[in-house]
Amino acid sequence: MVENMMLENGAAKIRARNVCVDYSGQRAINKVDIDIPGNCVTALIGPSGCGKTSFLRCLNRMNDIIENCVVSGDITLDDEDIYGPQVDAVVLRRRIGMVFQKPNPFPKSIFENVAYGPRIHGLAKTRADLQALVEASLGRAGLWDEVKDRLDMPATRLSGGQQQRLCIARAIAVEPDVILMDEPCSALDPIATAKIEALIDELKEKYTIVIVTHSMQQAARISQRTAFFHLGDLVEQGETESVFSNPKDARTGAYVTGRIG
Amino acid sequence: MTENISPSRLSSQALPGVERRHRKEQIFRRLGLGAILTSLLFLMFFLALIVARGHGAFLETVILVDYHFDHETLDIDQAVSQNDLANANYRSVIRAAMRELAPEVSGRSARRDLYGILGAGTEYDLRDLIIAQPSLLGTTAGIWTPSSDEFHLFHRNGGDRASRQSTRLSPLQIELYAELDNAGRIKTRFNWTFLSSGDSRDPEQAGVWGAVKGSILTLGICFLLSFGVGTLAAIYLEEFASKNWVMRVLEVNINNLAAVPSITYGLLGLAVFLNFFGLPRSAALVGGLVLFLMTLPTIIISSRVALQAVPPSIREAALAVGASRVQTVFHHVAPLALPGMLTGSIIGMARALGETAPLLMIGMVAFIVDPPSGVLDPSSALPVQVYLWAESPERAFAEKTAGAIMVLLVFLITMNLAAILLRRKFEKRW
Repeated sequence: MVENMMLENGAAKIRARNVCVDYSGQRAINKVDIDIPGNCVTALIGPSGCGKTSFLRCLNRMNDIIENCVVSGDITLDDEDIYGPQVDAVVLRRRIGMVFQKPNPFPKSIFENVAYGPRIHGLAKTRADLQALVEASLGRAGLWDEVKDRLDMPATRLSGGQQQRLCIARAIAVEPDVILMDEPCSALDPIATAKIEALIDELKEKYTIVIVTHSMQQAARISQRTAFFHLGDLVEQGETESVFSNPKDARTGAYVTGRIG
Repeated sequence: MTENISPSRLSSQALPGVERRHRKEQIFRRLGLGAILTSLLFLMFFLALIVARGHGAFLETVILVDYHFDHETLDIDQAVSQNDLANANYRSVIRAAMRELAPEVSGRSARRDLYGILGAGTEYDLRDLIIAQPSLLGTTAGIWTPSSDEFHLFHRNGGDRASRQSTRLSPLQIELYAELDNAGRIKTRFNWTFLSSGDSRDPEQAGVWGAVKGSILTLGICFLLSFGVGTLAAIYLEEFASKNWVMRVLEVNINNLAAVPSITYGLLGLAVFLNFFGLPRSAALVGGLVLFLMTLPTIIISSRVALQAVPPSIREAALAVGASRVQTVFHHVAPLALPGMLTGSIIGMARALGETAPLLMIGMVAFIVDPPSGVLDPSSALPVQVYLWAESPERAFAEKTAGAIMVLLVFLITMNLAAILLRRKFEKRW
């Protein structure tokens, strides 16, 4: 039932086929096939422990650093296998940024947080370039006006919502194609959440966004496509509207109406 | 409680067992407080004892003696060279001055007693003085001269009856003491020699500087090597090594090495550094290498703990923007773990500072007069100096031993203070 929801060849930014993830022999994700189109927001939903975060971390090979984690199957970014032998995880992560569940700014200044990525990748030739890039990134993350007078302040002194937007600014400062977000609002209050959601809506013009969320309302609000995971299986994927209003699988229906989860 | 007043529903009587729980808490608090007070008491007692016994090491008794620096007594020509001054007969100057101080003393053994109240190093002190100030030649100068160690002890004990019973001064010397004291020719002053000179057979000339310098050189080498190697090893084990059985065996062995008695490292140093590599005996370099081997496991363990304490989210944040693993570690993880690594290293250093046994094995226990001028020179170390002096028969060395322990403690406190300041400087919150 999944096959008929696949996109046409070439329309997918990220394509996953038969992806399995095992932690020390324990299967976390079982044969996931999914197409993620460019310049739109794809939400991965499902109950806790269903494997949606594990799958997200496959996309920028963050699972590489976890011992005993085995990823199998094929994942392509723009039709290039990201687990291919010639692929450098460092380069891959530059093109696929990530924002985590808990805001995790570096314990450095606001400026340094955003400037770190461009600096290690050599994206700015001069100090002025770097400053412009930092300003642009903070601007796109909607944080510039709030922090422009205190760029030297430790980033850890910002509020949680500001820290998360700083992390988004840090991710977009290296000019990625894709931004992965792992429950970016779960540690934030409703006002900060609303700001991040508005930001995600703007960012999809320029980036492909894959967001893991616990909140079905959030998925419904911000995503164009939704994939529902349950116990390691990708149960259903498709247009967000149809997944929520006209679910094909009984489990999806039960979850989106709040009967399981 | 009377019948007509209803008890509060929130009082401790309302819930059975609550009072017992509170009592348990009280008991635990008192026990904890008692433990702390007991250890404090012992510490205070120890410190008071050391200071009471050792502060005399920082004092010396000096006698005002009028020396005639005439060429005849010094046995030199009118036109003198530096060499003449170095080889002049200062002993006869001293003897003449002492005979003048107590003209009534006659006879060989009585004279010997008379000369014996001055410290054994007096002629060298005078030689150095004249070489530094040749203008004193041909003049008479009153100079406060350090007394012998027994004379110093006698004076420090007040010169009363009690000290007379315990002293090794001869009756004549005791008489001389009274005479000189009445003439105002005896006083006590700060003993710079103790802090500025090396070891000596004569307690009044013995100082800790040689040992302090030896300890500084030894610990310097130890710190450079063990901090460098220890933190790098910890970073590799913690951040890069895969957790397979080889690493587990290695880990167990590192933990075991931390518990190996220190003298074993001394034997290892003797076999490897001295016998195999042929490095010089008693050298600070070898001492530093041995202490490096000894502290390395401790530093690896504490550095790994410091690295484990860095939240994984920092590593993920760096990796997610495309930092390589080395960049992640050296730009983000290691700087955050640095205060912890430093603390661990300083604790290791503090242990190395107090270590005697391994140094004995590589010959740092030798009697060394000159403070070392480099890491290859024979040198001593503070704890070894304490050990050496504690074994010396001269009673004045008991005071010196306690004095050296005080210097060791000051050294230790300085190091710990440096550790705290460094940690403050590097500490960041996240």
